[in-house]
Amino acid sequence: MSASSTDSSVTPARSLGQRLVILVPYLWLAAFFLLPFGIVLKISLSETALAQPPYVPLLDLSAGWDGIKAFLGGLSLDRYGLIFSDSLYLSSYLRSLEVATLSTLMLLAIGYPIAYAVTRMPARTQGVLVLLIVLPFWTSFLIRVYAWINILQHDGLLNQALLALGLVSEPIAFLATDKALYIGLVYSYLPFMVLPIYATLVKLDDTLLEAAADLGCRRWQAFWWVTLPLSLPGVAAGVLLCFIPIVGEFVAPDLLGGSVDPMVGQTLWTEFFANKDWPVASAIAVTLLLLLGGPILIYQHLQARNLRVGP
Amino acid sequence: MHKRASLFCLASLGFGLAFLYLPMVILVIYSFNASRLVTVWGGWSTRWYAELLRDEAMLDAAWTSLRVALLSAGAATVLGTLAALALTRIGRFRGRLPFSAMVYAPLVMPEVITGLSLLLLFVAADIDRGFWTLSVAHTTLTMCFVTIIVQASLIGFDGSLEEAAMDLGCPPLRTFLTVTLPLIAPALASGFMLAFALSLDDLVIASFTSGPGATTLPIQIYSQVRLGVKPEINAICTIMIAVVAAAVIAASLIAKWRDLRSAGTGLPAA
Repeated sequence: MSASSTDSSVTPARSLGQRLVILVPYLWLAAFFLLPFGIVLKISLSETALAQPPYVPLLDLSAGWDGIKAFLGGLSLDRYGLIFSDSLYLSSYLRSLEVATLSTLMLLAIGYPIAYAVTRMPARTQGVLVLLIVLPFWTSFLIRVYAWINILQHDGLLNQALLALGLVSEPIAFLATDKALYIGLVYSYLPFMVLPIYATLVKLDDTLLEAAADLGCRRWQAFWWVTLPLSLPGVAAGVLLCFIPIVGEFVAPDLLGGSVDPMVGQTLWTEFFANKDWPVASAIAVTLLLLLGGPILIYQHLQARNLRVGP
Repeated sequence: MHKRASLFCLASLGFGLAFLYLPMVILVIYSFNASRLVTVWGGWSTRWYAELLRDEAMLDAAWTSLRVALLSAGAATVLGTLAALALTRIGRFRGRLPFSAMVYAPLVMPEVITGLSLLLLFVAADIDRGFWTLSVAHTTLTMCFVTIIVQASLIGFDGSLEEAAMDLGCPPLRTFLTVTLPLIAPALASGFMLAFALSLDDLVIASFTSGPGATTLPIQIYSQVRLGVKPEINAICTIMIAVVAAAVIAASLIAKWRDLRSAGTGLPAA
C-alpha cells in the first residue's frame, strides 16, 4: 500500500510531527477506505457458498505459495458474467442512470434560478437565505423522505387538497410511482445543487454586467453571454454532486418509488440483505464504482482546483 | 446598485423556500395531531411525545445514535484536521495525489458501496459488528467533510502568522496550539457539528456496519416507516429537526459574533 512509501520518501527536513500529521489520516483512510475496496473486489471474484460468511475464504497466506495458487485458482468472473447476462441487473443500472439523469436535470432547472435569485438579494439577506437553504441538508435524509410520505400517500394532504379544489375527481396514486421518487430526490438534493452554483455566482464581478449593459446588452443577453458561462464551474460541481450519489441512491427509491423497477442501490441491498449473495452484491458494487469512476474523477479535479483558487 | 430582484427572482425564491420547508412544517404540525389517523386533524395534543418516552426500543436507539455520533464526530474532527493540515501546510509529499483522492472520495461515493465494503472488511477481520464498527465507519465517512471545512479555513489565512511564531523560536507543536488552532477553531466547531449531524442521520452505512446490539435511531425509524406512517414517527422526527435546527442556528450566530469581533482580520466565517 502506498502509505508505507510515504514514510520513507518524505524530504529530509520533515520532522516527526509532520510525518505523523500525514501518516495518521493516511493510514486510517488506507485501512478503512482503500483496503475494504480490495476486499470487495476479491469477494466479487469469489464463488457463492452456503456458509457464514457466505463466500469462499480470503487469501490464506499461512499456506505459503500453495495458498496464493489456490487463491488465484479460486478467482472467477462468474458473478460478472451473471450481472451482464441477467437482465435484472442490467436494467437496474440503466434505470439508475435514467433516474439520476432526469432528476439532475430537474434539479438544475429548479436550483439555478434559486441560486441566481439569492445573489440578486441585498448582502444581508443573502446570508439568511443561504442558511435557510442549507438547513434542510442538516436534517436526516430519511426524515425528509418520510415527510413526503405524509403528503403523498393515498389519503394524504396533496390528494386532499387536489380533491377539495376539484382538480381531480379521485385520489391520484403518488406513492410507489416515479412521481413520488422524483419529488423526493429533487427535494433531498436541492441544497447540493443550489450551493455550488450560488458560490460561483456570488464571486462574479458585477462590473462585467455593467460593462455589458454599457455596451448595449439587454439584461437577458448579459445573463446569457456573461453570467451563465462564468457560472459553469458551479453548475458542473452541482450536477456531479447530485448525479453521482443519486445513481447509488437507496432510501428514496425504496420508500417512495415502486419495487417493480428497482434502482441499482436497491438491487445491491436486496442481494446482500435478502438473498445473502455477497459475491453478487460485491460485483454490483465494483461495477457501480467503475461506472461512476469517470464522474468521481472529474468531481475531484474540480474540487482540487476550487481549493487551489481559494474560497 | 445594479442589483435588482426581478419578479421572477422573487417567485423562484418563494417557490424554493416553500418547497423546502412546507413538508417539514406539515410533519411538525401533524406530530401534534391528537388523532391516530395521520391524515385526519383531531386537534392539538402532545400525546405522541408522551408515547415516545415509553418506547424503550426508540429510546435505546436514540442513546446509541448519540454515543456513536459523539465518538465518531470527535475522531473525525481530529483525523480530518490532520488531513487538512497535511494537504495545506506540508506542501508536497509523495503519495499526496492518492491521499487527496481518498480524502475527497467518500463525499460522493454512494453509501451502499461504502457500507458494503466496510462490512466486508469487518467480516474478513472477524470483528463482531456493533457500536465500535459503526463508530469507525462513521468516522471514515465524516472525516472528509471536516477536512474540506478546515482546509478552506486554513487557505483563508496565509501561513505568515505561523512562520512568524516559528521564526521567533516557537516549536511547531506550540505554534499549532497557540496560533493555528485558535484561528481555525470555528471551522473545527462547524466540522464537528457537521460530522455529528451526518452520523446521527445515516441509515445506509449504519445498516451495513452495525450489529443486532447497536440499533441506531435511523435504523429504528426506517423499520417503522416501512410499516407505514405513524404519529410517533412524526414526533421523533420533529425532535430531531428541532435539535439540528437549534444547533445550526446557534453555530451560525456564534460565527457571526466572531466575525463582528474579528472584523477585518480576514478570518473566514465558519
